[in-house]
Amino acid sequence: MTAVLQTTPTAEPVANYRLSLRRFTRNKLAVAGLAVVVLFLLFCFVGPLLYSTDQTHTDLTQVNLGPGGSHWLGTDAVGHDELGRLMYGGKVSMLVGLAAGVLATVIGTLWGATAGYAGGWLDAVMMRIVDAGIAIPALFILLVVSAITTPDTLGLIIVLGLVSWLVPSRLVRAETLTLKSRDYVLTLRATGGTHGRAIRRHILPNSVSTIVVAATFQVADAILLVAYVSYLGLGVQPPKTDWGGMLSAGLTAAYSGRWWLIVPPGLAIILVVCAFNAIGDGLRDAFDVRGRG
Amino acid sequence: MKETEELKVANILEVEDLGVTFGTDTGDVPAVREVSLHVRPGETLALVGESGSGKSTVALAAMGLLPSNARASGRVSVDGTQVVGAGEAELARLRGRTASMVFQEPATALDPLTRVGAQIAEVVRNHRSVSRAEAAREAVELLRRVGIPEPERRASAFPFQLSGGQRQRVVIAMAIANSPGLLIADEPTTALDVTVQAEILDLLRALAADSGTGVLLVTHNMGVVADFADRVAVMLNGEVVESGSVEQVLLHPEHEYTQRLLEAVPRLEVEAPVVESVPREVAGEPVVEKAEPATPEGEAVVELRGVSVRFGRGPGAVQALQEVSLTVRPGETVGLVGESGSGKSTAARVALGLVAPAGGTVSLFGRELGRTRGRARRALLSGVGVVLQDPVASLDARMSVGECVAEPLRMHRRGLSAAERRARVAEVLERVRLPRELAGRGPRELSGGQRQRVSLARALVLEPRLLVADEPTSALDVSVQRTVLEVIAELQGELGFACLFVSHDLAVVQQFAQRVVVMRAGQVEEQGPTMTTLLRPETEYTRRLIAAVPVPDPVMQRRRREALRTGVTA
Repeated sequence: MTAVLQTTPTAEPVANYRLSLRRFTRNKLAVAGLAVVVLFLLFCFVGPLLYSTDQTHTDLTQVNLGPGGSHWLGTDAVGHDELGRLMYGGKVSMLVGLAAGVLATVIGTLWGATAGYAGGWLDAVMMRIVDAGIAIPALFILLVVSAITTPDTLGLIIVLGLVSWLVPSRLVRAETLTLKSRDYVLTLRATGGTHGRAIRRHILPNSVSTIVVAATFQVADAILLVAYVSYLGLGVQPPKTDWGGMLSAGLTAAYSGRWWLIVPPGLAIILVVCAFNAIGDGLRDAFDVRGRG
Repeated sequence: MKETEELKVANILEVEDLGVTFGTDTGDVPAVREVSLHVRPGETLALVGESGSGKSTVALAAMGLLPSNARASGRVSVDGTQVVGAGEAELARLRGRTASMVFQEPATALDPLTRVGAQIAEVVRNHRSVSRAEAAREAVELLRRVGIPEPERRASAFPFQLSGGQRQRVVIAMAIANSPGLLIADEPTTALDVTVQAEILDLLRALAADSGTGVLLVTHNMGVVADFADRVAVMLNGEVVESGSVEQVLLHPEHEYTQRLLEAVPRLEVEAPVVESVPREVAGEPVVEKAEPATPEGEAVVELRGVSVRFGRGPGAVQALQEVSLTVRPGETVGLVGESGSGKSTAARVALGLVAPAGGTVSLFGRELGRTRGRARRALLSGVGVVLQDPVASLDARMSVGECVAEPLRMHRRGLSAAERRARVAEVLERVRLPRELAGRGPRELSGGQRQRVSLARALVLEPRLLVADEPTSALDVSVQRTVLEVIAELQGELGFACLFVSHDLAVVQQFAQRVVVMRAGQVEEQGPTMTTLLRPETEYTRRLIAAVPVPDPVMQRRRREALRTGVTA
């Protein structure tokens, strides 16, 4: 018992967030990931202001041009400027990914925290629902729903959020279970504190790091899922598009050597997804929490 | 050193000018500086000190087991082999053969998925080329030597099928499997109950005496030192400040720190003080009663009547409490003692309303807790202060000290303005002898003792009528424990709250409580005024419990040990 404080020598106490920042910046991959995400956000949301293109009307005089001239990355089969389209599609991919990731995390947090804190039969029932959900592949549900409804951007966000909250709910439940038996929560309860107070003041603030890490991974997953669905033609419909949709549209062209229709959106998906995963890893180091397995 | 003329036998362990520095996130931390010591075959050197004194680091350095962020300098030789800077292959030959180690926690020292016999046999076969069958036979023999009953059968047991004490015996069997010349025991009994501790110490003592093994015993417990060691080295801030024979250091300490340390150790009075020189037959007779404070009158602050608690359901259910009745009256301190698993913490949690009893009733300040709900229940509980064991988990690291202490005010004194709250927090912080400036700091910046005093401040900020303290000092060093206990006692005098004090440490309870309740296996074994119950216990169990506590006086401890062995319990 006395050894709890014994074997870990500590130097000067350092403010917690600065230590976290230092741990994060030590993970070079995470810093690179952060840079990639910031660059892509600028590219998609600020880029169109500097490099203005028409992404709604087709221009059949300008189809299938190679990179160079006034079209830096060439044009596609209906005359859209490819670089502009990469920005335009990226807007949808990033927006849907971020929003769906956040939505999944919010639902998962509420579900997991309720189950973990309530405990007993409610916990058992809620977590069996999660188990059942995990047993069905998210992609399958997503495809069925998309096939029935052909969703718009908002619809896609909601559907993605609804199929991917299961993993964060498990993480948050586990965190809540340990937090609710901490001595400070017991002390609060034993001296007449309400459940609401325990949750608001102690359990949620202390699970923030777990939740943020989970959210980061969820965003990466969501971006990938959007790409899947759109690739199969079940995502946002033309003339709107996203990176997955661009891949799908460019696939036929790839055999005729028009690589500029495939490589840029493919690279963009890979880079952004890897970047979000790297950030998640870095945050996990920084906060010293257990992430997903 | 003074003992140079005794240096005829080659030392089994020799440490010279050992220095160890840890590289951490926040810079280098020197842990050990210029430590020199030695252990001769057959003798036990106790390395004592408080948390962070570097005693465990010295032990790890002697085995070449320092973590990768540590840098060692100086010379450590085990049976003539230099350990600092030695290669892994050389160290592997040394460990388990020439020197072996017993760690604090027997639960994690064994592989949970391997039968204990196989684990011992593995150690044998690591160092000697004997057949599988021969190693298995040796394992059984070793289990017999460390006092495990039915060793043939127990060899095929998994660690979880053994008790904590038996597991530690298995760990010791592994340590002595290759008859090492040096045994390093790092807090070998700290995780065990006192009665088990006494058995393990007896075992280690016998093994060392039989085989001439040198023992380096790392401990913070002066009683264990008195019971076991031949020589003592006292460490403070990474340096050895005093060393000498156990009698010399424990009875006539020279260094100021050693004196302070020994003074802070709570001593269990095991014999009525006036009869020190009186023969044993007379000591058994009723002695003049120490002036007991009159039993406080008035309505019970908290009362448990026939409380039973079960954890779990069906055949796996555990009966944690059975028909437990106890009462705490206004202003008095009741000590709740017992070994681990006796249900003392559960009883405290029932009193706090954290655990709902399956049978029996709990009344708090005259109201039945089980029948009070909502606002009324919260109001009732606002009269209770709580201090729990773990100084780290007791405070939310995301809140400042001030916010932690102010939390009960926010819950129960909603009318207070922020300025009034701040003033009240500052006042109560000073009451527990902490500077009021601490309110702005984070709990991470505080030491264990300071954290426990912050917990105490939080418990007392509403001026409760009852303080429930569950092992409030057992994670602290003795000198820190002393301050915390003094603060509690002083404030109790001023504020007059009653106190339910849960502890496994009989000496602390003896100093602190007017009445004591001894628990065993979920039941109350006996209860009564502290001095009566702890000096002249009625039950055999309490008698054994008291006899097993080692006192930090080597002469008296030797006498008690012999008395215990011959069956005459003190």
